Amino acid sequence: MQFMLLFSRQGKLRLQKWYVPLSDKERKKISRDLVQTILARKPKMCSFLEWRDLKIVYKRYASLYFCCAVEDQDNELITLEIIHRYVELLDKYFGSVCELDIIFNFEKAYFILDEFLLGGEAQETSKKNVLKAIEQADLLQEVCGLCPR
Amino acid sequence: MALKIVKGSIDRMFDKNLQDLVRGIRNHKEDEAKYISTCIDEIKQELKQDNIAVKANAVCKLTYLQMLGYDVSWAAFNIVEVMSSSKFTYKRIGYLAASQCFHESTDVIMLTTNQIRKDLSSPNQYDTGVALTGLSCFVTPDLARDLANDIMTLMSHTKPYIRKKAVLIMYKVFLKYPESLRPAFPRLKEKLEDPDPGVQSAAVNVICELARRNPKNYLSLAPLFFKLMTSSTNNWVLIKIIKLFGALTPLEPRLGKKLIEPLTNLIHSVLSLFIVKYLGLLAMSKILKTHPKSVQSHKDLILQCLDDKDESIRLRALDLLYGMVSKKNLMEIVKKLMLHVDKAEGTTYRDELLTKIIDICSQRAYNCLWYISILVELTRLEGTRHGHLIASQMLDVAIRVKAIRAFAVAQMATLLDNAHLLTGNTQRNGICEVLYAAAWICGEFSEHLEEPMATLEAMLRPKVATLPGHIQAVYVQNAAKLFATVLRGQEGAPADSTVAQETSQLLIDRLPLFVQSSNLEVQERASCILQLVKYIQKLQQKDVEVAEEVTALFAGELNPVAPKAQKKVPVPEGLDLDVWINEPPSGSESEDEGRKSKGKAVFAKDESRHTKPRYTEVDEKELAKRREVRKAEQANNPFYIKASPSSQKVRRHSVSKPNPSPSFSLRLWMPMSDQYVKLEEERRERNKADKKKKKDKKKREKGEKGRRRRGDSGPESEEDITPAHMVDIVTEEMPENALPSDDDDKDPNDPHKALNIDLDNCPLMDYQVVVSVIFENKCDSFIKSMEFNVLDSLNSKLQRPDGAGPHDGLIVPFQLPPGISNEARFIFSVQNIVMPQKLKGTLTFIVKTDDSSTHEKLDFKLHFTCTSYLITTPCYSDAYSKLLESGDLKGCSLKLEGVNQPFHHLLARICFHHHFSVVERIDSCASMYSRSIQGHHMCLLVKTADQTVSIDAKCDEPGLLGNVLDEIKLTFSQC
Repeated sequence: MQFMLLFSRQGKLRLQKWYVPLSDKERKKISRDLVQTILARKPKMCSFLEWRDLKIVYKRYASLYFCCAVEDQDNELITLEIIHRYVELLDKYFGSVCELDIIFNFEKAYFILDEFLLGGEAQETSKKNVLKAIEQADLLQEVCGLCPR
Repeated sequence: MALKIVKGSIDRMFDKNLQDLVRGIRNHKEDEAKYISTCIDEIKQELKQDNIAVKANAVCKLTYLQMLGYDVSWAAFNIVEVMSSSKFTYKRIGYLAASQCFHESTDVIMLTTNQIRKDLSSPNQYDTGVALTGLSCFVTPDLARDLANDIMTLMSHTKPYIRKKAVLIMYKVFLKYPESLRPAFPRLKEKLEDPDPGVQSAAVNVICELARRNPKNYLSLAPLFFKLMTSSTNNWVLIKIIKLFGALTPLEPRLGKKLIEPLTNLIHSVLSLFIVKYLGLLAMSKILKTHPKSVQSHKDLILQCLDDKDESIRLRALDLLYGMVSKKNLMEIVKKLMLHVDKAEGTTYRDELLTKIIDICSQRAYNCLWYISILVELTRLEGTRHGHLIASQMLDVAIRVKAIRAFAVAQMATLLDNAHLLTGNTQRNGICEVLYAAAWICGEFSEHLEEPMATLEAMLRPKVATLPGHIQAVYVQNAAKLFATVLRGQEGAPADSTVAQETSQLLIDRLPLFVQSSNLEVQERASCILQLVKYIQKLQQKDVEVAEEVTALFAGELNPVAPKAQKKVPVPEGLDLDVWINEPPSGSESEDEGRKSKGKAVFAKDESRHTKPRYTEVDEKELAKRREVRKAEQANNPFYIKASPSSQKVRRHSVSKPNPSPSFSLRLWMPMSDQYVKLEEERRERNKADKKKKKDKKKREKGEKGRRRRGDSGPESEEDITPAHMVDIVTEEMPENALPSDDDDKDPNDPHKALNIDLDNCPLMDYQVVVSVIFENKCDSFIKSMEFNVLDSLNSKLQRPDGAGPHDGLIVPFQLPPGISNEARFIFSVQNIVMPQKLKGTLTFIVKTDDSSTHEKLDFKLHFTCTSYLITTPCYSDAYSKLLESGDLKGCSLKLEGVNQPFHHLLARICFHHHFSVVERIDSCASMYSRSIQGHHMCLLVKTADQTVSIDAKCDEPGLLGNVLDEIKLTFSQC
C-alpha cells in the first residue's frame, strides 16, 4: 500500500498515512486530486479506480471516506478487506465510532492504524491482538502520565 | 526550582490541548486561517519551554495542523526532542509526528539514528514498537544502512509483538538498502515457521512482496510455501501465498500440477472468504497455460462458480472456462453458458458471456450447423453491444462452409421475416446488426431460398427504412440479387408473365422509399436499382426474357480472403515499394487520393456492374459523411473476414502510434518459459555500457521500421490502409532482433530492481561482519576529515563503495568537537570464519586548532575473534535435542578450574561475551546454543561442581569450535 486517506463528505482530510516518502507538496496535491475525484463519483459506482499508475480502493462509511492507494499488481479486494478491518478496529476501540471520535482522538486513530499496518503491509490479522497491544500501550501511557515530573 | 515546576504545570492547565484546538477550529469556521495562525504562534511559544509535556502537547497539535495542510517543517527539531523523551506517552507522540511529517529530505533525520537505536534496544517492547512503526514511515537509505543490523537482531526478539514488526520493516529496509537482503534472508526464511501466527504472516508478506518482483530467486522456497498453504488457516496468509504461486508457476511448470489439489480444496471450503475464491480462480487460469489437463478435470467446479452471486468471480470463472474448451467438451460448455446468458443480470456480464461464447465457438466450432443455431439463438439477446460480432460470425461461417449454406440461408430468412422482433424497442439496439448479415446471406446465396419471394417481400417492408443506413444499403443491394433469383424462377416456370411483372412492380413501388433516404449510400444504390428495375419492366412488357441477363449481373463467387493473403503475395522483382510513385502529395490531396484508391478496392465489383455516377464535386460535409459510411461498410464487408470493429480499432491505433514499444508487443505472446529465465540471466550479465549501446541500436531500428511501413502503405494516409494489409500486429510491429528484456518496462528508479539478488546459489558467498567503532576525541582540538582504512587480508575485506580502489580509505561521516564521541560502522566481508584473525589499519585525520591544523595518523589493529562470527539465536529445546541426535556434530570439551562465581553469572558471561543463549537450565547444568553467520550450529553443555566447570561442546565445524572454546577459556582466565 502506498498511502491511506480518510476524508469527510465535505472533502476535509481526517487522517492520512503515507508509506512512501513524498514531499509535502506532492502529498497535498495527491490528496486534493483524489478527494475531488472520489467525491465526484456516484454512490453506486465501483469502489476501485485506476488513478495515475495506482489503483485506488475506497469505501464510504457513514460520512467518512476511507481511501487506499495500492500498486498495480496488488489485489483490490484484499485492500477493501483491510479498510473494513480498520473500520472494525476503530469501532471496537471507540465503541461504534463516528467521525467526531476520529477528529478529536486523531492520534489514537493513528496508533490503531500503526498496530494494524506497518510499512503498508498488514501486520496483525487478529483484531484481538491489535486491540490488546493498543490497550496495553494506553495503560503504559496513563501510568506514565501519573509519574511525578 | 520547585516553584518553576509548579508554575510549569499551572501554565499547562491553561494551554490548549489537542481537543481544544480541534474545537476551536470548528468554532472559527469563518476565520479559520487567522485562528490557526494565532494557534501556531502559541505553539511556537510552547515549544520554547523546557517542560517536555508542554512540548509534546505542542507537537501533537502540530501533527493535526500538518494534516490540515499547514507547513510544520520548522518544528522538525522539536519533534526529535519529543521523540527522545524517556516517557512513553511523549515518545509515542514524537514518533507519530515524525512519521507524519518527516520525509527523505528532512535533514534532522540524521540526528535520530542513535535515538532510534536506543529505542530499538529498549527493554520496554512498546518503546521498540513505536520506534519500528515510526521508522517504517521515514526510513532513509542512511537509516536503513545504519540500523539494518539492529532490526535484524530484533527479528529474533523473544516477544512476537516485536518480531512481527521487525520482520515487516525489513522489507522497507531492503528497498532502501538492498545489500541487507542477503545477510537477512536466512533469518527471514526462518520466520516463515515462527510459532506465532502474526510473525509468520508478516514473513509471508515480506517474502511474497520480494518474490513478486523477482520470482526466480525464490523458487527454492516453493515447498515451504506449499506446506504453509496446506496447513495455514489464516485467510490473509493464504491470499498472499496464492499470489506468490501465481508469480512462481510461470517459472516452474511442475508447480502447476501440485497446486491444483490444494486450490480446489480452497474453492470447495465454504469457510474461505470470497476473495480467496477469486484468487484461486485467478491462479488456476495461470496454471491452465502450462497444464491444461489438470485444470480441465475441475470443469464442473468452475461451472458452479458461474452461479456465484459475485460478478467478479463469475467473470473469472468465465475466463477460465474459455481457456479450457476442447473438442470434446465444447458443446457441453457452450450449452451451459447459453443457459447462463438467459439468467445473467447486468449487461456487462452478459456481453462478456456473449463474446466468450462467440470466441470459443469461432476458434473451435467443428459443427457449423450447431454454431449457426447458437448464433441465431444469441440474437434473442436484447440490448447487447455485440450485434456486430454475431453478424460477422454469421457471415464468416456462411461464406466459408458451403455445406451449411442452405441451413444458414433458411435461418437467415426466418430472421429477416421476424426482423420486427429484433428492432423492436430502440434504434440503438445493437442487435439489429445481425440483419445486415442476414440480408447479405439471403441475397448472396439466394439459390438456397425456399421462398425467395417471401424474403424479398420481407426485405422491402417500409419498416426497414428505420434501420441504420449501412444496413438499409445492404438490404437494397441484396433485394436486387433476390429479384434476379425470383425472376429466374418465375420465367422458368410456364406460368404467365404477369407474375414476373408483378414482382417488378413490387420493387418499383417500394424502392422510392429508399431513394428518398437521407443516407447517401442507400439513396445511390436504390436509385440505381430502381432505374434497372424500371428498364426490366419495360422489357418484360415487350415479353423479352430478362432473367438470364439480370442474373448475369451478379455472377461470380465471392471467396473468403484470408487476412494474411496480401502479405503472401511475393513482391515482383525490380519493384521497389519504398520508392514514391509520385512526389509525396500535400495533406488534403493525399486524403482525396486515398479515398479514391480505397473506393476502388472496396467497391471494385459494384462498379463493374453498375455504372455508378461519380461525384466530381461534393461538399466537405457530404464527403465526411460518405467516408463514415464507407468505413462502416468496410468494417462489415464480408470480403474481410476478421474485420471486426474491435480489431480495426486496434489496428488503427497501432498505426497511428509510430513506435510502439517492442517489448510491449512481445509481452503479448511470449511464453514465459525457461527461455525467458535464460534471457533474464543474460541480461543481468550485460553491463551498463552495453545497455546504452543497445538503446542506440533500438532507436536506429525504430527509424528503419517506420520507413518500411510507410513503404508498405504507399501514398495512402494512415486511415486508408485497406484491411488487406491487416496482418498480425504483433509480428509486424516487432523489429527482427529485438531482445526480450524487461529493462524497458521497468522504471530505472524502481527500487525493486536492486533487490534482484540471487539468494540460493552464490558460489563465493561472502558473509558480513559489521564493525562498530566509537571515536572519542580526548584532546582539546577539533578533529575532522577522518579517514578509516584497513589492509585487507585474503579472507576479510573492508567493503568500500563502488568505484573505490582496494586500498582507499573510507571517510568517517562526522567531525568530532573536543570531548565528543560518535559511532561509525564499517562492514567487512569475510569468507572463512573458522580462524580468528587480526587486521591492521590506520586512521588519518586533521587536528584543527585555532591557528593551525595538522594531519595525523593513528595505527590500530582489529581483532576478529571467532566469537564475533556467532549470532545469538534462540533455540527451542526440542529443536535442540533433535540437533544433538542428528549426529552431524562433532564434540570437544573443556575444563575450567578454580572458577568461583555463581552459576548464573557464569552463564550470563558466556551469553554476553560469546553470543550464546540458554536453551535449558536444570540445577547446575545448562545447555546453550549459538549459531555462526555461516549457519554452523554450536551447542554447549555446561556443568559445574566444586569450582570446576566442564563444558562439553558440539559443532559441525570442529575448527571453529576449538577456537571458540579457547576464547571462552580466555574470558574466564581474565576474571
